[in-house]
Amino acid sequence: MSRAAARVLPGFGLTLGYTILYLSLVVLIPLSATFLRSTELGLERFIAVVTAPRVLASLQLSFGASLLAALLNGVFGFIVAWVLVRHEFPGRKLIDALVDLPFALPTAVAGIALTALYAPNGWLGSLLEPLGIKVAFTPLGIVVALAFIGLPFVVRTLQPVLAELDRELEHAAHGLGATGWATFRLVVFPTLWPALLTGCALAFSRCVGEYGSVIFIAGNIPMVSEIAPLVIMTKLEQYEYAEATAIAVTMLLLSFTLMLAINALQLWAQRRQGVR
Amino acid sequence: MISNRTGRGAVLAAMLTTVAALLVPAARAANYELLNVSYDPTREFYEDFNRAFAAHWKATTGDQVRIRQSHGGSGKQARSVIDGLPADVVTLALAFDVDALRTRGKLIPAGWQARLPQNSAPYTSTIVFLVRKGNPKNIRDWVDLARPGVAVITPNPKTSGGARWNYLAAWHWATQQPKATPASAEAYMAKLFRNVPVLDSGARGASVTFVERGIGDVLLAWENEARLARDALGAGKFDVVLPSVSILAEPSVTLVDKVVDRKGTRKIAEAYLKYLYVPQGQEIAAKHYFRPRDAAIAAKYQAQFPAVPMVTIDQAFGGWGKANAAHFVDGGSFDRIYRR
Repeated sequence: MSRAAARVLPGFGLTLGYTILYLSLVVLIPLSATFLRSTELGLERFIAVVTAPRVLASLQLSFGASLLAALLNGVFGFIVAWVLVRHEFPGRKLIDALVDLPFALPTAVAGIALTALYAPNGWLGSLLEPLGIKVAFTPLGIVVALAFIGLPFVVRTLQPVLAELDRELEHAAHGLGATGWATFRLVVFPTLWPALLTGCALAFSRCVGEYGSVIFIAGNIPMVSEIAPLVIMTKLEQYEYAEATAIAVTMLLLSFTLMLAINALQLWAQRRQGVR
Repeated sequence: MISNRTGRGAVLAAMLTTVAALLVPAARAANYELLNVSYDPTREFYEDFNRAFAAHWKATTGDQVRIRQSHGGSGKQARSVIDGLPADVVTLALAFDVDALRTRGKLIPAGWQARLPQNSAPYTSTIVFLVRKGNPKNIRDWVDLARPGVAVITPNPKTSGGARWNYLAAWHWATQQPKATPASAEAYMAKLFRNVPVLDSGARGASVTFVERGIGDVLLAWENEARLARDALGAGKFDVVLPSVSILAEPSVTLVDKVVDRKGTRKIAEAYLKYLYVPQGQEIAAKHYFRPRDAAIAAKYQAQFPAVPMVTIDQAFGGWGKANAAHFVDGGSFDRIYRR
């Protein structure tokens, strides 16, 4: 593990150069343009725009629903990944391929399909309606759409880590008298935890910006079911370009802060594991 | 040897003739392509109209013209054109959106609205109610929309031209009630919008929500959209209700000067828009339930367009600029009714 042995292949300068150029073209320049545009407003107007009740409500909804969807996917994505890696059964390959569908499907198609299903006259909606559960055109519908979009992120992040997991540790724990649950909680889960966190973080960040699938199922009522990206679109349609970018910048900053926090959490988790 | 050479020459000559035959008519008759950027419920109308115009143009000039159409929320369509969508003509839901091409994009000159007859609105429409068959909730007029337990479907007026007409028609009715004040009108609008379970971004989206998803008791819709829904989308499932007063919607059209001058299509774009005003064009509009301006065509389709007392934006609101500033800008009446 010595540092000197680390670099066998040359080309650090060249690849770093490409990295910086590519990131600048694809990420940094568009983002700086966004930031620049929002400065047209001046600080006072900027704050007034992003703290308007309608904007605050939409930010709360976007981040809240995304968090909820990410947590849901954390639980159920974990189970899906576990089943796919640990068990051999007919149709496994098919289910494995199904997981990727949300990646491939145009999000608008997903949104329309989900709306048709969950609308009060749809297959699922008509079953839920008598129970008093409304999904389409409510915030719950938003969570459903986001859960659909986020699932592959969790599953695909967990799968390789699960596959690499050393099963002998489990046998050892079992041999030493640990129950099944204790083995899972104390031996298996701590190793998977960073990957699960990464998966949830990816799903979450994807969901915060999601527009296409949500817009059809949300209902889009101000203060209730209007997501932040829709407020941005509405501002654009009213030619309030600077105000739209102000909301976009706020979303970016919020997401960035959350990502940093999640990275820190992960680092902390890994260190703790290392100490053990 | 010789025969071979003449053979080759014959083939060459034949090829040249074929090529020439292919080239000559093409050189004589030009091929044009126009892009008409329009709003949501005009799809079917312009499909018919474009076919008729292309045939007319071919008959009079011999030139081929292919017209592409683009549809969406009126405000969004205007923004696409401002952001560079090369529309030769725009046929939008309201003059305000067309005017944005001037104020935001400098694509058309001031006074564009006087270039064609009738304020550049070749056909008109109005806002009506589409209800479920038999009108189970007994919705007769604007007052019924604010009743508890009635679900109203209308798009978001910030993004949809049709929704702006809906909103202003309702507002106008409210101001005409005994002892009405702006505050009472706003209170009525707040009640109405509390009955709106879904705000779609465009008129077509709202129709889909009402017709396909089965949401809502009443759809506030363009007259043509309501009739289309009644007759084509869900025959026998809906009724059209005419309110006691409505608004005269004047969807405006213009050619986009910056684009036609660059593409060299000004002449044909002008002819295209003028064709909307001639009896043939007017008749196609009437067939698609747009109210024609032409008196003879209007008389012919009289049965189809029952008389409704209608006000114009200029009469009731002092024009689009004022209406927009009072109701649809941030902090306007539409924002206020959602700030309980």
